[in-house]
Amino acid sequence: MSETPLIGDFPPAPDAGLSGARIGVITFPGTLDDVDAARAVRLAGGTAVSLWHGEASLQDVDAVILPGGFSYGDYLRAGAISRFAPVMERVIDGAKGSLPVLGICNGFQILTEAHLLPGSMIKNNHLHFICRDQTLRVENNGTAWTSDYEAGSEIVVPLKNQDGQYVADEKTLDELEGEGRVVFRYVDVNPNGSRRDIAGISNAAGNVVGLMPHPEHAVEAGYGPDSSAFGPVDVRGGTDGLGIFTSVLKKIVGAN
Amino acid sequence: MPRIIVDVMPKPEILDPQGKAIAGALQRLGQTGFSAVRQGKRFELTVEGEVTEEILEQARHAADTLLSNPVIEDVTRVEVVKDATIGVGE
Repeated sequence: MSETPLIGDFPPAPDAGLSGARIGVITFPGTLDDVDAARAVRLAGGTAVSLWHGEASLQDVDAVILPGGFSYGDYLRAGAISRFAPVMERVIDGAKGSLPVLGICNGFQILTEAHLLPGSMIKNNHLHFICRDQTLRVENNGTAWTSDYEAGSEIVVPLKNQDGQYVADEKTLDELEGEGRVVFRYVDVNPNGSRRDIAGISNAAGNVVGLMPHPEHAVEAGYGPDSSAFGPVDVRGGTDGLGIFTSVLKKIVGAN
Repeated sequence: MPRIIVDVMPKPEILDPQGKAIAGALQRLGQTGFSAVRQGKRFELTVEGEVTEEILEQARHAADTLLSNPVIEDVTRVEVVKDATIGVGE
């Protein structure tokens, strides 16, 4: 199914050859951004498949997105209860194979709680919920989710969170840096006190990526940030996040 | 009914933003006798009947897997309390 643009000024039609790639988007109780993530998949040209946390099945999807929100109300710790959902057993098995898995915001928190990614998120150092358009640098374009970007390129996507301060011990941080597993880094402003300005990381194989900011909110002109790192755009015209989704789709169909 | 008390605290090397905010509020209220505050969590696991070693072991397992995240938190106490009234001091 192709997506009908909501307003007149829209990006070029996606590559029709990508529609065979099926990306699962998991909904947990309290997930907020599953619909946006699914729309981002479709705008990038892929097929989005809704997955439910309570079912231990991935419906043979080619990749999985754990979207943002406040699953289980962030009770106990953000992501701590969702991590034990039936669907997560399949996600963990797949992630340890080669299944591409992306965790956005609360999805990133779930991936750290599931020990698929190292470190953890604690409350922002300034204690406030923050919502802003954030510039990130793509430090590693060798992952399943970043291959459509040039290494070192910058993107602007929304950031919105309360528990966004990435922490890990020094040894883990040194390993992440040494192995090129810092995938996204905050540029200009560190919005939450994250260690070494880390906004997103990957596992050693590069199939599992987690990030706090929201690329799925920067995929459609008219509904994105007011700026782009690639040049001037109209108001809300930023679509810098789309490359995350085209990256994985192209990888799945063998175009990257 | 007996309860098993589990205390979880942020690791000493992890900045505790909530504790820091509470310390600031105490200063503003004129309660200046405290140099730092750290905020943890206390869980009360109620047990029907006797707390066997097996149940206590389950509680320790729960403390290490679900109730705490070893990356940022330490389990500082897993202890049986016999009195029946929740919320009354041990």
